[in-house]
Amino acid sequence: MTVTFHLAGFLRSFSGGAREVRFEVPGGTVGDALRILGERHPGISSRVLDEQGSVRRHVNVFVGDLSIRDTGGLATPLRDGSTISLLAAVSGG
Amino acid sequence: MPTTQQIQVRRGDVVVLVGTMKGAFLFRSGPDRARFEMGGPYFPGHSVYALAYDGRAGRQRIWAASSSMHWGSVLNHSDDFGASWTTPEVPTVQFPKGAKALASIWQICPGRADEPDVIYCGVEPAALFESRDAGKSFQLVEGLWQHPHREQWQPGGGGLCLHTVVPDPKVRGRILVAISTGGVYRTEDGGRTWTVHNKGVRAEFLPDKHPEFGQCVHKVARHPGRPDRLYLQNHWGLYRSDDAGDSWQDIARGVPSDFGFCVAVHPHDAETAYIVPLESDGFRCTPEGKLRVYRTRDGGGSWHPLTEGLPQRDAFETVLRDAMGTDEEQRAGIYFGTRSGKLFASRDDGDSWTALAAGLPPVVCVRAARV
Repeated sequence: MTVTFHLAGFLRSFSGGAREVRFEVPGGTVGDALRILGERHPGISSRVLDEQGSVRRHVNVFVGDLSIRDTGGLATPLRDGSTISLLAAVSGG
Repeated sequence: MPTTQQIQVRRGDVVVLVGTMKGAFLFRSGPDRARFEMGGPYFPGHSVYALAYDGRAGRQRIWAASSSMHWGSVLNHSDDFGASWTTPEVPTVQFPKGAKALASIWQICPGRADEPDVIYCGVEPAALFESRDAGKSFQLVEGLWQHPHREQWQPGGGGLCLHTVVPDPKVRGRILVAISTGGVYRTEDGGRTWTVHNKGVRAEFLPDKHPEFGQCVHKVARHPGRPDRLYLQNHWGLYRSDDAGDSWQDIARGVPSDFGFCVAVHPHDAETAYIVPLESDGFRCTPEGKLRVYRTRDGGGSWHPLTEGLPQRDAFETVLRDAMGTDEEQRAGIYFGTRSGKLFASRDDGDSWTALAAGLPPVVCVRAARV
């Protein structure tokens, strides 16, 4: 299936400036798609996931309009054509 | 994002590296240290708790640990004084699978002069990383990570961090680290085994005031030419060691408070050290609204306030653990920054002070070097 990642501004420095990246993924979950993202763009995935494979606390991952925190985390299923947004949470100081 | 102001650094200049909670700044001056100009912010929006200058093996390299609340921590370097930075795509300081996740890098410490490719990083959660290839890769120092005390270390206000790394310039394999809260640990074999070295250091916040470990050591400074001489600013307590940390003597005589964060030692005089006392753990500001650096010239036998050029009225300032540094000039430059974003410099061993900046983000790290 094909999935599209929409990237927060900071992450575009690791995608050659592209606002989104699209590719085929063999598996069917967000975790599968992030694994492929890590192979193609390790700079992006290492900012979204910590070295133990967990989504960083202040990063939000959406599939469509839904946060994966509410839909099964990295096990959230994808469909062909899914869009995954990688965004900074509203936090800071 | 703000425009980053670039500066031209020449060989022989004195540079002051300043890390803040919102980015890094670089100040340069000619050798006379009479007038500084500022570059930055670098890594705007990211906190920079650790900076280091590495002039070994012909390098002119600045290391900077930038940390984003969102995107994590990464170790960057610049070989052109901030004109460009190299940021690894995948962070080089990472815990191995199955361990922990890196929260922040608290300390960058180039190794001994005769090991020019060795670099250490102290991190949160409390651990030590070592590079032996000039920072291309880092490995967790397993000997400390596997220490039986580790599970009992507790986080201080800044988190459970290893914030101080002091390699011994003369004794190969000897490295001292400090952990909040765990205290002082030392290795004699390059990191394979570690022993605790808190004898004489109190833990005011525990029922047992002198436990084997668990102290909240804020900073340790080692004299480069006399490395057995150490000064320690504790969470309540000011100490000196003359035996590389085997024992500690209370030297809090003549200071308004023995609470504080930073301590620095004069680069050429082991008897001279600098602190900025804070009123208490309940009010972590300079006592009486006076910003005073205290200096000892007799190894802590007595302390005297340095005030010329520093605000002495309504100055409720905080100077954090790494926010004071020295250059290596004979008449030493002493530099410190405050949590309110002021940066001060002295080019006469602390006798007088000049404000280099006011209005920086909160200052958390200050380092200086002639390049």
